[in-house]
Order: sequence, then structure tokens, then C-alpha cells
Amino acid sequence: MPTITIDGQTLEVKEGDNILQACLNAGLDLPYFCWHPAMGSIGSCRQCALVQYQNPSDERGRIVMGCMTQVTDGARFSLDANNAVEFREAVVESLMLNHPHDCPVCAEGGECHLQDMTVMVGHRDRRYRGKKNTHRNQYLGPLIHHEMNRCITCYRCERFYRDYAGGTDLGAQASRDRLYFGRQQDGVLESEFSGNLVEVCPTGVFTDKPFLADFSRKWDLQSAPSICGGCGVGCNIAPGERYGRLKRVHNRYHDDINGYFICDRGRFGNSYVNADQRIDYAGIQDADGRFTAVDQASALDTAGAWLKNAKIGGIGSPRASLEANFLLQTWVGADQFSSGIADIERATVDRQLQILQSTRAINPSIKQMESADAVLILGEDLTHTAARVALALRQAVRNKSLAMATQMGLPSWQDAAVRNLAQDALSPLFVVTSYASRLDDIAQRTVTLAPDDIAEFGRHLAARLQGEPAQSPLIEEFASSLAAAERPLIISGSSMLQSNIIDAGAAIAEALCLDNPQTMLSLTAPESNTVGATMLAHPNNLSLEGMVERAVELDVLVILENDVTRRLDAASMQKLVASGTKIIALDVIENATVERASMVLPAASFAESQGTLINHEGRAQRFFPVFPPAEQRLPSWQWLLQLAALNGNSQLTALTQFDQVVDACAASQPAFAHLNEVAPDRSFRDRGQKIPRQTHRYSGRTAINAGVSVHEPQQPVDHETPLAFSMEGLNRDQPSTLIPYVWSPGWNSNHALQKFQAEVDGPLKGGQSGVRVLISSADGVAPQTTTPIGAAPNDRWQLVPVHRLHGSEELSARSDEIAELAGDAFIALSAETAGQLEVAEGDRLKVIANGDSISLAVKIVDRMAAGCVGYSYGYAATRGLIAGAHADLQRDTDWRPPQPSLIATDRQSMAVDRGNPHV
Amino acid sequence: MLSQLRTLWEIFKHSFSKSETVQYPEQMPYLAPRYRGRIVLTRDPDGEERCVACNLCAAVCPVDCIALQKDTRDDGTWYPEFFRINFSRCIMCGMCEEACPTYAIQLTPDFEMCEYDRQNMVYEKEHLLINGVGKYPDYNFYRVSGLKTASKDKGEAHNETPPIDTKSLLP
Repeated sequence: MPTITIDGQTLEVKEGDNILQACLNAGLDLPYFCWHPAMGSIGSCRQCALVQYQNPSDERGRIVMGCMTQVTDGARFSLDANNAVEFREAVVESLMLNHPHDCPVCAEGGECHLQDMTVMVGHRDRRYRGKKNTHRNQYLGPLIHHEMNRCITCYRCERFYRDYAGGTDLGAQASRDRLYFGRQQDGVLESEFSGNLVEVCPTGVFTDKPFLADFSRKWDLQSAPSICGGCGVGCNIAPGERYGRLKRVHNRYHDDINGYFICDRGRFGNSYVNADQRIDYAGIQDADGRFTAVDQASALDTAGAWLKNAKIGGIGSPRASLEANFLLQTWVGADQFSSGIADIERATVDRQLQILQSTRAINPSIKQMESADAVLILGEDLTHTAARVALALRQAVRNKSLAMATQMGLPSWQDAAVRNLAQDALSPLFVVTSYASRLDDIAQRTVTLAPDDIAEFGRHLAARLQGEPAQSPLIEEFASSLAAAERPLIISGSSMLQSNIIDAGAAIAEALCLDNPQTMLSLTAPESNTVGATMLAHPNNLSLEGMVERAVELDVLVILENDVTRRLDAASMQKLVASGTKIIALDVIENATVERASMVLPAASFAESQGTLINHEGRAQRFFPVFPPAEQRLPSWQWLLQLAALNGNSQLTALTQFDQVVDACAASQPAFAHLNEVAPDRSFRDRGQKIPRQTHRYSGRTAINAGVSVHEPQQPVDHETPLAFSMEGLNRDQPSTLIPYVWSPGWNSNHALQKFQAEVDGPLKGGQSGVRVLISSADGVAPQTTTPIGAAPNDRWQLVPVHRLHGSEELSARSDEIAELAGDAFIALSAETAGQLEVAEGDRLKVIANGDSISLAVKIVDRMAAGCVGYSYGYAATRGLIAGAHADLQRDTDWRPPQPSLIATDRQSMAVDRGNPHV
Repeated sequence: MLSQLRTLWEIFKHSFSKSETVQYPEQMPYLAPRYRGRIVLTRDPDGEERCVACNLCAAVCPVDCIALQKDTRDDGTWYPEFFRINFSRCIMCGMCEEACPTYAIQLTPDFEMCEYDRQNMVYEKEHLLINGVGKYPDYNFYRVSGLKTASKDKGEAHNETPPIDTKSLLP
């Protein structure tokens, strides 16, 4: 390890680091703008200047840029040298020449890196007498607000958007002091990761538009560590609340999973928590179909009467916490329980679990995936099914350029140099899907096949890797690339709802494992706790369809946070309602299942309750309540404990605390043995105090409730978690699972994170968070024979589910901005098929399958397998369509666009009412 | 003994000095305009609310007695949806006034704020907002800041050039 001297202080630093990293690692505050731990250095802002001395007798030294200077053994530097201090102040002063004096009305104020750095260098008085440049702003869609005047031209936005996330529609324009960052013209940002611009931009050029409409300063937000429920990846998030409303979601650093970035579904898909359709009170359905709101006690009274000596069934949910699912299963008994996953999906996720429990391949974290040097994707449009994984793959394909850089002796953080050296050289990424995927632009080869043929292709590839002759030159190309790789990665998943594709993926990984133990196999999971619900499943469990059959024998059916109408066809749903069994539905928001329930119990959302979710790699992670449940809501686990107590369930009556539920769940099966290590229990104290959810600057405590009563209520007490609804306590040195927000003296922006990291861009000081509960026996995957669905006959089409980041997931689609981006349900065709059917983009097609006819808008995609058409998965309009089913398509000539209920000017004024003016 | 006599003499002397006691409330004392009493929200010279809901007053308040929520007008300018000061907690320290970047929040020489019911000490925006500019007659934040508003376009704020044409090819 090289030793360097900074201002007389001798430091041991990491080989190959730059001085900026070394300084930050040593806890020294060296200001910077353009450098980002995940994106490296380009030396464009000139802010991290310090003095380097040539030799021990050099007194003057010369100014170097910290981020561009590699550490060398014995080097001598000074941060405090006068010329360095003056230089840094002068840089901020010149960056501020055109800054618009609008911090009070800037959503970045209070968590602004530019503010922090300005204070850090000591710049205060403006000396420049000239005029300020100004810029016009652009409309960038419902998610991102643009205020270009604030720009300091650090290039971070472009480097993130284009270089890191592969976007094409945002970049630098014009020259010299006219530099402009935006789109060619106004329009919605295309990238699925555009929300990260909010955190990447060191100032307020890109701000969170929904948050801006309902704004609070960072110091006023009450935050808690949470886990995103948007998909199976389980990114760590930090939601912030004030005045009982979930205001915004920020990325929460997890070294192995999401790092610094999350997708737009995760960031903007949570405002359903504030929706008017949230269920506030328990409701009992009357004979006329209307619900009467009742309080908790009378709801429980009624439920108690229903449950007395009743035969009870339960439907769990892959989006509810592990604990809630466990409680329901334990209460009603495994024989009367269904995990709430429809058969077609259960077949794939069950198989997925079997594979991950036995595979010899590594089940990688996202960080491990970033190290892959050859990737094969089977049947997944990852950007829409596991977006964060897709972002990681965009980094993985750069491994070739990093290898080239290493050969040249170029450090990997020399971002511009590495990219210049590599040009278009990318590590091989192969995409085998039924339709165009968002990763096609970085793929070495894309193959378009019908779902069955993907599996067939995979099997041939596996056979070739086991030594059999290749069936085609394409398979030879794939096989030789994968076999030559040091860390090949195979990714598949359940999005096509076909287990034979997953099997094929597993077979390829197993074949590669024979020669290469570094082979990785990752399988995406559809929902936040699909893996948890599947692991919890008991062999005696009913299928969801089986539960519908059983319903007539039951007196009461408890449905836990599950809109089963999304999973069952209309006939099954009819049958379930007609069975006469009383349905008690617990859910967070009104939906079609809740409407059909005899009793509705208001469940707390992820932001008001705690629980454990198991992500696609089998990592159990805990989310914590950000604020106490409002109105009559209760966390599902509490409702279930109370219901079970009414029913006199002896196993559950002893449980009252969440930690006890976790312990009981941990004892239920060996795989969950370490469940209570996922997060510290409620007795955890840091220096005798709980971890505060509020910042030490949290304002208005004696005025928030004064409008109701001047007599201040006691702060809500959190009996269940190690966190407190308070500003008392310390937010430092705690386990990583319990970091509600990042802040450090002098570092108000999210760059305070480096004070929580053990080293720059490294793991958190508080250790690893989350526990891997899915551990493979490494016995190898037992092959399974699955019957192919079979291609559609010539005159019919096979339906393929097309996933959309915005729209396919149930809860995020209930957020206004996501719903706007999701648009209408569609049927995706190749240009060829469209020509054959004589339709163009935007025309309507009648899709006739299973006797139903649905009219959908036509969307033309770049690739679509022959004989297949895609339907937008998870949209209300396409609920009746089944993956793999055969359908007839007819041009819908009767369809007329619905009359607009608003005229355009109304729509504009509505947008303004929502506080989203574009100026 | 001498000390006691001197004390008596000193006190006797005071019988001839002018009394400092005033007959409050019949006689009102003079309070300087910068006296720190009841807090008001002022308007800019155009008659618009000055407060831009930046939350700095709330953050700096040592007793946390200010709560507000930001909202946005049609033209993109910020204003407080509600603005509440709990005067039963306020210590009239004036730090909110010092923190205010728009001169909206100002302390006045009025200190007579007694109430029988503490609840009446909670002032909402309608109680706080006055129809005047207070101590700073000329300042209008939006004329200085680079934000576009209904009354000014980009580039029309104080000391600004017109918006840049990014498509210009001139050097």
C-alpha cells in the first residue's frame, strides 16, 4: 500500500486510487463536483485542486486535480496550502457567476452539493459585476423538473444519462458559457433511470417533479430505511414523510444491490400511499353492495362472529411481507392456504426456487453481475422486469474496456480516457427474447424467438456446452463466447411465465459450471416478495385456482394484500364470489378484489409498517415504518394476530410483538433460521437511544399540530422497531440496516453517504445488511421435462406478455405520474405482422382469446417473434389475456377515440393545480 | 453605622429624581421599529405575498414554533399553502427574520399578545399577513431571482442577459 503525506499527515492509501478518493477515505473534506464514485473522474470542474510537491525540498509545489492524480508511494500533498485554498474558492466563485440566486425557491436547497461546497471553500461575496447568463427550461415529462439557470456545467447529468444508463435523449448542447444540458426538444425523458438525475445533479437543474409539487426540505422529512416493493430486486430506498404524506423516495445505498441508483418505478411509484383510494376505515359490505365504514373494534366484533367455529381459508400475497404471509398460513393452516400466486406463475416461480436451491452456479448480487464479462439473457426484457439489473448489465458490458485499460496501465476511474480507449468495444451480451428489449443497443447479438423456441435454443446451447456439436453457427458463437468468459452470467426469469425457459437457462449455467466455477445464474422474480412467498409455501398448500374450487366449503376466506382479480380469470372470480363464503380482504388501496369482499380491513402500506421481503437472489431484507399508520389502518400482521386471537388460534395467541412473529417465522423452517438477524430487534439502542427518524434540524414540532390543538401531543412511540419517531438520538455508527437518511456536518446533500461508507464506493461502515436465506446445496439442477405450449396454428397468434416498467406493476401503476407514463394498454406487433393485418401504430385491434374480445391499441416494435404478438402485461384492460394462449386478431373498425372529457386548456390548468407548471 | 446612614441618604435622594414608571396601558412606551415583538408576514411592493415558503425560518427557529407547507402558483412561484406560528412557544428571538431571504417575515413593536385561551396564540397565515411592505419597502425577491414568473420572463430579472440561443453557431 502506498504511503502519502497530506499536510504533514501520513496516510496509507489504496493502490491505484486517486488523491480525491484517498482524501475522502481519510475523512478529509476536499470539495468536488464532477467526480462521482460510480462514474469516476473526468477532471472537468477543477474543484478538487490541491498542491503536490515534487520532492522533499520543494516548497512551492504545483496545483493538481485530486480526482485526476493517482496516488504514488511517498508523494507529498497539501490541502491547506494557500494557493490551493484560493484556487478552490476561485473555482466556486466562477461557477457561481451565472447561478440565479434562487435557493429559497429551489427544491435542491438544503441538500445541495453546490451549497455545501460553496460553504466548504468559504466563498461568500460576489465580486463579478457582469450580467448573468440565462437559459430556457424544457419540459422533461411528469417526473423531472428542469431549471437550467442553476447549472454549473459539471457534465454529471450527461455522463450518468448517456454513459452510465445508456439514454440517448439528453446531452450537452452549444459551447463555451452557453453550454446547455437538455433534450433536442421538449419531451418526456426516455430513460427508465431518469430519476437518478435528481440525485446525480450537484445542484437544482434536475429536481423531482412530484416532490416539488408537495415539497418539504430534506431536514423536515421523517425517513426510515425501507425496501422497494416495485419488483423482485429489492433495492434499498429511503422514503421521506411530512404532514402524514409520503413526500419522496431517495436511493438508500446498498453496496451489493442498488448502489447509488434506483429505477423510476422505485423512485416515483410510491405516491399511491397518499392516494384518495387508500382504505382508511374498516368496511362491511351491505346487501346493496355499499360499504359501511366501521371502527376497528366493531369490525373485529363482526369478524369474531363470522370466525366462530368457522372453516377458514387464506390467500397470501407475493407483495405482502413474509411475516404477514407466515401468520396467515399458520392461522388458517397450510391445507387451507394459498400463496396467492396463480398456477401459471406458480409453476415458474416454484421451478425457479428449486433451481436456485440446487444450482452449482453462483446466485449473484447485482454487484457481482457488474463483474460479468459475458452475459446471456433468456426471455427477459430486464429493463422492464428488473430494471436495476439492466442498469448493472450496462456496466458489465464495459468490462472489456476496463480490461483494455488495465492492459494500458490506465486506472478504471479515468472515465473519459477509458471510454476513449475502448470506443465501442463491449463485452459480449446476448439477448434471446420474443420481442425487442431495451438492452438491444448494447447486445452483441439479439435473437428473436417464440417462447418455446427460446427454451429449445437454450437447450441446444447447453448441449453444445456439454460437448455436443453445435446446431447452428449462432449457437457456436454464443457457446464459444460464454465458454471463453471468466465470469459468465446467465439471466432468465419468470416474466414469460414459462418454466422451460428458466430450465434452459439453468441447464446452460450448469453446463458452464462444469469448467468454470465462477459461472453466475440469476433469475428475476416478478414481485417484491415472490421468493419469500414461494419459500414459505407448504406442499399441502392449495393453488389459487384450487382455493376457488375449495371456497364453497369455507365459511370465511381471508385475502391478504392481494388483488386476485389480476391473477384469476373473470369466470373464476365469479365462482369465488358466488361460493357464498365471506371474504375478509386486507389491503392498502381500493381494488377489484376489495370491492367484492364482505369485509375490508385497512392495511398499512410499506411506509407505515414493517416486514421482511426476500428478493430474487434470496436475500431477506427488512423495511421499517416511515410514519405511524394514519386513520384506522393497522399493519397486516397486527390485523392477522387480532383475527387469529378472535378465532382462538393457540399457536398465535402468545404473539404480540413483531419480533416474536419474526422469531416464530424463523423457527418455522431451517431456511429462515437467521431471519431474526436481518435487522436488529426493537431492543437495539445506540448509546442508550433509539435511531432517530427525524433529522436534528426537524422543524415545526411545536406548530405542526397547533392548528388542531395548542396542547402538544406526545411524539408517537414506536414499540416495535429500533427506530424512534423523534429527532433525539444519533444517526451514526449504527448497523447499515438502520440508516434512515444520510447527513454529516458540512455534507447536507446525499454525498454525505461517503461518511457512512467504510471506504469510498465501498461497503457501509455498519456492515452488510440483509441475510441470504436462499443457499444452494450446489448438487446441480435436476432436469425437468416440461411440455411446450406449442406454436399457434397459422391463422392464430401466440400471446406473449410484454412487461412495462411503468404500468405492469400493480401498486406503482396507481401513482399518478406512473399511470401517465404507462399510457393505454396495447398489443405489440412486428412491422411485418402489422403489414399483414393492415394496421398502423395507434390503430385498434380486437384480440379474441378464450371467448373474450378486447380492443387494444397497436404498437409496432422492432423485434417480435414470428407467430407471436405481445400484450401489455399487468394493465387493467389486458387482464383477461393469458400468456401463451392463442388469439385471433381483427382490425377494430368500430372503435372511436373516446371524446375528451376535458378540453386542452382545462388539462393545463389541472396540471398547474397539481403544482407541476413547466416554466 | 455610617453605611446605614449613607443608604438612607441615597434612598432619600431618589425621592427627587424623575420617575421611570409609566402608566401602562394608558401611557404607551416608545418601542423602536426594530423592536422584536409580534411576527408578521409582509407583502412585496407589488402587493404579492413575499413569503416563498423556503422553510428557512422554520429551520432556524430555536423553539420550532413555525410550520408551513409550500405550494406553487400558476406561474411557478412558490407560496405557503399554510403558515402557522405558535406564539405560545415563540420567544421573539428574531432569528426567523434574520434567516428570511425575502424579507417576508418581520418582527414588529407590538408585544401585547395576552390571551385567556392559549389556542388563540396560534396564528395562521390570515392572521400573520399584513397589507404592507414592513421595514423593507423596495425589495421584491422575484425581481432578483432567475426564476420565470408571470410578470417577468427568463432573462428579465435583475442583472440578467436574455436567454441563450443554444442553436446559435456564433463563436
